[in-house]
Amino acid sequence: MEVIYTGVRQTPEQVVETAIQEDVDVIGVSILSGAHITLMKRLMENLRAKGVHDIPVFLGGTIPLPDISEIEGMGIDRVFLPGTSLQEIVKYVYDAALNKRKKKHE
Amino acid sequence: MFNEEALEELEDKIRKWEKSTVVKSLERFRERMEKFTTLSGITIKNVYTPLDVRDIDYFDKLGLPGEYPFTRGIHATMYRGRLWTMRMFSGYGSPEDTNKRLKYLIAHGETGLSLAFDYPTLIGLDADDPQACGEVGVCGVSVSSLKDMEIIYNGIDMSSITTNMTINPPAPVLLSMYVATAEKQGVTYERIGGTTQNDPLKEFIAQKSYVFPPEPAVKISMDVIEWSIKNLPLWNPISISGYHIREAGATAVQELAFTIADGIEYVRQLILRGLNVDEFAHRLSFFFDAHINFFEEIAKFRAARRMWAKIMKEWFNAEKERSLWLRFHTQTAGVSLTAQQPFNNIVRTTIEALAAVLGGTQSLHTNSLDEPFRVPSEFGAKIALRTQQIIAYETGVADVVDPLAGSYYIEWLTDEIEEQAWKYIDRIEKMGGMLEAVKKGYPQREVTEASYRFQKEVEERKKFIVGVNIYVEGGEEEIRNVPLLDINQEEIERRQVERLRKLRMERNNEAVQSALNKLSKAASRNENIMPYVLDAVKSYATLGEIMNVLKEVYGIWVEPPIY
Repeated sequence: MEVIYTGVRQTPEQVVETAIQEDVDVIGVSILSGAHITLMKRLMENLRAKGVHDIPVFLGGTIPLPDISEIEGMGIDRVFLPGTSLQEIVKYVYDAALNKRKKKHE
Repeated sequence: MFNEEALEELEDKIRKWEKSTVVKSLERFRERMEKFTTLSGITIKNVYTPLDVRDIDYFDKLGLPGEYPFTRGIHATMYRGRLWTMRMFSGYGSPEDTNKRLKYLIAHGETGLSLAFDYPTLIGLDADDPQACGEVGVCGVSVSSLKDMEIIYNGIDMSSITTNMTINPPAPVLLSMYVATAEKQGVTYERIGGTTQNDPLKEFIAQKSYVFPPEPAVKISMDVIEWSIKNLPLWNPISISGYHIREAGATAVQELAFTIADGIEYVRQLILRGLNVDEFAHRLSFFFDAHINFFEEIAKFRAARRMWAKIMKEWFNAEKERSLWLRFHTQTAGVSLTAQQPFNNIVRTTIEALAAVLGGTQSLHTNSLDEPFRVPSEFGAKIALRTQQIIAYETGVADVVDPLAGSYYIEWLTDEIEEQAWKYIDRIEKMGGMLEAVKKGYPQREVTEASYRFQKEVEERKKFIVGVNIYVEGGEEEIRNVPLLDINQEEIERRQVERLRKLRMERNNEAVQSALNKLSKAASRNENIMPYVLDAVKSYATLGEIMNVLKEVYGIWVEPPIY
């Protein structure tokens, strides 16, 4: 697996641009500031506007439970909450990437 | 402190005890762990005795409270005279929201203020900057101009209370706003008291809210210190912070060593400017984390005081006694709190706060139970404040100075932590000091590795967190029962943006432009920028406008990959 880490303080637009440029299988975002709803909405809108529908997006952070349904409604594939093990996240990424590649070849 | 004969007898007795009493005990109960370690990975024995502290010379290593090397506290009577300052880190939403919260906390017995700014403010962006969208007012209060600061302090007497401002690259701007607001209240420079965090090195190591590259970042920070020393006699212009380093996953030893090494770098920088060490040393302050491994934290605080006093005396030849004091603020460990079973966080914070008090802190913030999710609700903040008041007024722990001194374990651990911290400091000295070490990414890598190690230990159940990897409950009911602060982020952002729009229309834009031009020239000439920033702030130039001028002159920092 190759990981492209963009570093801190990326705008949603920058994340989308990097993802397209690097032809990634999965996009993962970590947000701890509490701005997850606004920023993820912008990220998903930007992604769709660029015609990308097949890259699964997942989110990790301290997301209050009442916000989760709204986030999932945006088309985000998975939300990882505090306490998730590294293995669980790695397994998710592995499966999601594999799944995306399979679909591509169908 | 012990006679040799008694120690030999004890040695003999321990040998026998290990072969008989301990063996018998182990036959009945195996120990819970193969190896016991502190949170920082220091291996600990089953019991400590005078043998473990036989080499500790009381006068050399401990002394009396209020005397060198200050291991037992910087004041002779500590909390018997004055309790620590109960200083709750607070701020959210609009300046009006925060004004209300500060008044609420003062009404409930808070004795010092501490402002939390939102992320745009922390990195010097105005509320109407496109990059600020969605972040305005979320993790602290939104401040874009002097106008906002005036609202925060509306009805709060700035001559009778001190404020800590957690602000780093924009420290010159926020300090200027504070000073200008106090001036408008009629408070003279001699009576303006408080702290600017203003610690750039730890931003590169851990906190990552940097703006400028390391060298200009340090230069600007030193400007603030130099100006404050000469103009604000009661101001602590820097709070050399281990807190963020620890929260990023460092061990207690790394937190201590890197913070002290940062302090050494700043002292050298100020001396290079031609200042005398005794002119500024008494205004340097520190900020540490109080984590959950109780004794380790107490030992860390004691070791910190001893190390700093020695460095100031022996390395920098400070002569005034106050120059040797390590004065510090403590915050309980945000990173030890859990989203799972959040009411348990009250207990964690209590234990951590107790460690800070037993360690001799000068001021304390206690985290609220709801902080894994959001900035605290009024309810959460009040319980956290009451926690300090219970420790202060009910438990009796504040009635004796340094009550744990003389505990074989505490003294051994204080020594051990100090020794390990010196090893780090030696390594950093060999690299040419902390500024150079940071440029090489050395402390960044050390912290990242420690953080990864700890996470692995938790997942392998070598370290336990209740509700996370032991006594786990599946349900979410408890989480839903925590009352969270309700903020209408979009509305706050809309109002802050609107306020800025009006400000830009109503202010004297020629005066603003002229102040910004003068600032730009002064920065290019490498002058101390503080007087120019203060003038710009008074003309109602915004935070973002001032920071943009400085970014043009000094450049911005893009972090290179650590690995």
